Amino acid sequence: MARAVSGRRKAAVTVAAWAVGLVIFFPILWIVILSFKAEGDAILSPLAVLAADWTLESYATVQARSDYFGHFLNSVTISVGSTLIGLAIAVPAAWSMAFVPGRQTRNVLMWMLSTKMLPPVGVLVPIYLIFRDTGLLDTRTGLVIVLTLINLPIIVWMLYTYFREIPGEILEAARMDGAGLRAEIVYVLTPMAVPGIASTLLLNIILAWNEAFWTLNLTAANAAPLTAFIASYSSPEGLFYAKLSAASTMAIAPILIMGWFSQKQLVRGLTFGAVK
Amino acid sequence: MSTHHSRAAGRLMISPAVILLLGWMLIPLGLTLYFSFLRYNLLMPGANPFVGFENYAFFFTDPAFGAAIANTLMLVGGVLAITIVGGTLLALLLDQPIWGQGIVRILVIAPFFVMPTVSALVWKNMFMNPVNGLFSHLARVLGLQPYDFLSQAPLASIVLIVSWQWLPFATLILLTALQSLDSEQLEASEMDGAGPVSRFAFIVLPHLARSITVVILIQTIFLLSIFAEILVTTNGGPGNASTNLTYLVYAQSLLQFDVGLGSAGGVFAIVLANIVAIFLMRMIGKNLDA
Repeated sequence: MARAVSGRRKAAVTVAAWAVGLVIFFPILWIVILSFKAEGDAILSPLAVLAADWTLESYATVQARSDYFGHFLNSVTISVGSTLIGLAIAVPAAWSMAFVPGRQTRNVLMWMLSTKMLPPVGVLVPIYLIFRDTGLLDTRTGLVIVLTLINLPIIVWMLYTYFREIPGEILEAARMDGAGLRAEIVYVLTPMAVPGIASTLLLNIILAWNEAFWTLNLTAANAAPLTAFIASYSSPEGLFYAKLSAASTMAIAPILIMGWFSQKQLVRGLTFGAVK
Repeated sequence: MSTHHSRAAGRLMISPAVILLLGWMLIPLGLTLYFSFLRYNLLMPGANPFVGFENYAFFFTDPAFGAAIANTLMLVGGVLAITIVGGTLLALLLDQPIWGQGIVRILVIAPFFVMPTVSALVWKNMFMNPVNGLFSHLARVLGLQPYDFLSQAPLASIVLIVSWQWLPFATLILLTALQSLDSEQLEASEMDGAGPVSRFAFIVLPHLARSITVVILIQTIFLLSIFAEILVTTNGGPGNASTNLTYLVYAQSLLQFDVGLGSAGGVFAIVLANIVAIFLMRMIGKNLDA
């Protein structure tokens, strides 16, 4: 909107927008606050909670009693692992679809996207049985395999859209200046593709970190990532609000930070280009 | 630009992705289909005889099935209604000139990045718990009886939790679409005397229609598979009150170990999702050609 808006109008809208934003954000804020309170204080009424002393004891207890760090490592391994493998498979595929398109490229791309729309519950049984019989149940390897496959369509799609934005003329100009294929890829293509690859990497780590179907059903004690770890708080014993808050804050903090940098990538990756 | 060499290289480079996804599609799907025609229970080892459509008959005549379908529809419908309406309003609000707009956007986007088990448990314990939750404290301050959300209104509570998670997605998409709206059209209509409501109804809304459709389709596909939130809050209960199709198939497959029955349910879930997917693929296809 190019017109000037009155200061009063802007102030009123600002207040409204901030109010709505804080209401929506409030649950997250509340978890963070509770995570710094003692267990006995966490169940009090809100004002009493705010007045109580701040402490780090909940964070200490979570790590000491339930190996938070082990689960954190599992989450990291699974998200980063599946993303890197996915990228290794997807970069060549997206490159070929963007720069060497054939007649079937569009159909292949759409077919790949359609595999993402498969409801996971439809293949729960065979995957569970196959994993059980091959010893992949409750292993990080098994989870990496599944998460790579379910996110591969999105990685391919996102890379394809980024690669398509690289102007072919620059590559042709480089070739006319005498650059070989290797030089073309290393000195011209890669610098232009790196932002796109980085964005895809970021979004995919977020999606894999938060995945809550396969990580809950295919893991038990060994490979359980943070999603399953938090789920174990659903049948707790005794007071646990502050511990749950501490565990939750630690579980969501990395992703919240990454997510704040990934808003545009979210639109690009999850609407499959249907929204520009 | 495509020479013989590069085309062959292109096909080679795309083949790992294609082969892997093809395998991912065919093998488990084929097995699910196959299992759905067997009487196969993991607790009863022995022969798994072919029984034709018996599993399907059991699945569809199970009283839990009707409840699951109804719950699934209400879950998806409820979340869609809240997120589309809320998302549109939020997008309109955030499109205005505001001080600190970047931060407000961050506040609004945040819930989408919280993992489902965390958001479900936080809502269940810190907010909806009838003894210690925030809502019950508020109720007591106002002199009301605390309401046990998850026992007395399980499905509605889950709709609330899931809507909180997905509202940012809808808002972000619709805001992106709004920002591509040509402001000159709006200004021209304002000069012609159109009030804010008619400007919204005749210019903004038609522009948003396409994005709203995309949001509905994409969200539907993901909302049909709501699982973690139900698992950690109500486990589908009380009774079948918050069991959706996904949870029903999960319960039959991994809790009752009835592979045959669960597979029949799985096939049905796939067919249902496919119907929605067909519409979404058509919209994507149109955009790919553009």
